[in-house]
Amino acid sequence: MRMPKLTAFLTATAVFASALTLAARADEVHVLNWKGYGADEPWAIAAFEKATGNKVVNDFFNSEQEMLTKLRTNPGLYDVVMINAAFNDQAMAEKLIQPIDTSKLPNYADISKDKAGSSMLVHDGKVYGVPWVWGLTALAINDKSFDKPPTSIAEMWDPAHKGRVTIRDDAVEAVQFGAIATGQNINDVKDMEAVKAKLTSLMPQIKTFWSSENDWNQMVASNQIDIGTYWSGSADRAKTHFKLPVSLVIPQEGAVAWLDAFSIPVGSKNVAGAEAFINYMIDPKFYVEWVTKVGAPVSANTKAVEALPESSFNRKVMGDPAVAKRIQFQAPITDAQRETYLALWQQLKVDVK
Amino acid sequence: MAVQIAAASRSGLRSALPLLAPAYLWLTVAIFLPLSAMVFFSFMTDLPRSGKPWAFTLENYAAFFSQSLYLTLLVASLRLGLEVTLWCIVIGYPAAYVLAKVLKGRSREAIFLLVILPFWSNGLVRIFSWAMVLREGGILDTALNAVLPFKINIDLMYSYPAVIIGLVHSYVPYMVLTCYLTLQAIDDSLIEAGRSLGASRLQVLKRVIIPLSMPGLVAGAVLIFVPVVGSFMEPRILGGRTGTFYGTVIEDQFVAVFNWPLGAALSFILLAVVLVILAVTSPVLRRAA
Repeated sequence: MRMPKLTAFLTATAVFASALTLAARADEVHVLNWKGYGADEPWAIAAFEKATGNKVVNDFFNSEQEMLTKLRTNPGLYDVVMINAAFNDQAMAEKLIQPIDTSKLPNYADISKDKAGSSMLVHDGKVYGVPWVWGLTALAINDKSFDKPPTSIAEMWDPAHKGRVTIRDDAVEAVQFGAIATGQNINDVKDMEAVKAKLTSLMPQIKTFWSSENDWNQMVASNQIDIGTYWSGSADRAKTHFKLPVSLVIPQEGAVAWLDAFSIPVGSKNVAGAEAFINYMIDPKFYVEWVTKVGAPVSANTKAVEALPESSFNRKVMGDPAVAKRIQFQAPITDAQRETYLALWQQLKVDVK
Repeated sequence: MAVQIAAASRSGLRSALPLLAPAYLWLTVAIFLPLSAMVFFSFMTDLPRSGKPWAFTLENYAAFFSQSLYLTLLVASLRLGLEVTLWCIVIGYPAAYVLAKVLKGRSREAIFLLVILPFWSNGLVRIFSWAMVLREGGILDTALNAVLPFKINIDLMYSYPAVIIGLVHSYVPYMVLTCYLTLQAIDDSLIEAGRSLGASRLQVLKRVIIPLSMPGLVAGAVLIFVPVVGSFMEPRILGGRTGTFYGTVIEDQFVAVFNWPLGAALSFILLAVVLVILAVTSPVLRRAA
């Protein structure tokens, strides 16, 4: 008797709330992405708006879970969403994103075949994600603290850096980092105890946990850290755009690779605008400008990467076959795995108190 | 007679109803409804809108007892609440006394303004400014080294003391305001009478001023203790690797892992614990007040 009433009440509240937020105009393209990650560059938005007449409205998330939450709780609000390929499966299963008609994207043909055909993005022959850029979660160093860049991940455990190390406050990243440090496959961690022991011994080294690019850059700017885990595109941005003494290190033990892709949420009110925006985001012209002005990860569009100078980091180092052999691409993670990782990570954070 | 009084109070209630209605309507919409939705969530396996099947369960509450880490964090948060409240009393009470009894006119207004000034700035801005002050090579470190003849190294950032400093700064105005109100209401002639009857300044403080201002102290302490126990922003930004508290774990459940049911259950356990603490201490506090 009470149950249907409560459900009805909850639904009513939800409908009311979404009615308030759904004031989207048809020629607006609502984009959901990380802050400061290409899609919100003012010059890029200006160029896109001028070329297509669509107006770009940016919204941001701080974690993949927050992105999924925003999609779930605001159906119909967003037209374009940037999803890490490892989460594409989950978003599709929850019916949050729709198949994309790639014939509407002229630049799609130039995307490298292995990325475009990734089983994480293509389900039943339908494309649910357009590969945008890929990069690494590797190490980055404060150039002021090193004469010569380190080559091993073990540098993080060096007592010389005690209290000057940082890692991201993210259970999955922490566990996968621990897997690399203990020589395991990041997508199939067999010896969880070894990972735990390795991370436990890292905790006293840590200054603080970072959660955004800004945290990392500020700590380097005020010379508070020597070394830490970082994303390759962010390290490039810190160096190019913010002129900080930051260098990316791809340790000999390996690094975690991820692929970011654009998707169109179910219920998008401006699919044509979304397609135009995604096509613009994978365009070589946008990419070269992004890399030169701001710093970016590696484009999935082969023509875009070829348009960079031969000596550029994204072409020389990231395109190096020796590096390609060391890196491990992130695969989707089940809810059960995620819970195990989170429990481990929380325990580590409590034990260090 | 009794009937008459009852009737009078009933008609009093009726005439007060239009005055009470806006406040109660607002409380119903803004507090009661979301809170009941959260109670509902806390008994569910998953949110109905996540697209997965869901059922009712007590598991979220059981999780608190099955893992020692939640209890450890709750104890740490309660300790943090006590310490912050204590420091707020130590700093806020004398300030309130000076404002109420020593300063008059313009200077009182000026100091009062300084006390409530933090209220006018955004909490996040305040915390980030503390980050600039407390870190190595920050404002405090540089200033002290410029003045002192010997070299000292001050790096309070990302530590437990940093969390205490940030929280005390945010909450001390509550203590000053509540204590100021009760201290101001103390008749000066009571203090003069005590003094003229031979009580020392300390005795006057202990026997007259503190007992009479106790309601303000208690109100301030409760106003500070309750939000500090659940605080998450200050520990996260200022606490570094030691900044994991009960509040930050709840925040993680909502923001990072989308486990609203567990987050809601943890919140209600916190609410229950705080209510029990207030209920147990209330006879003591009431006697003191």
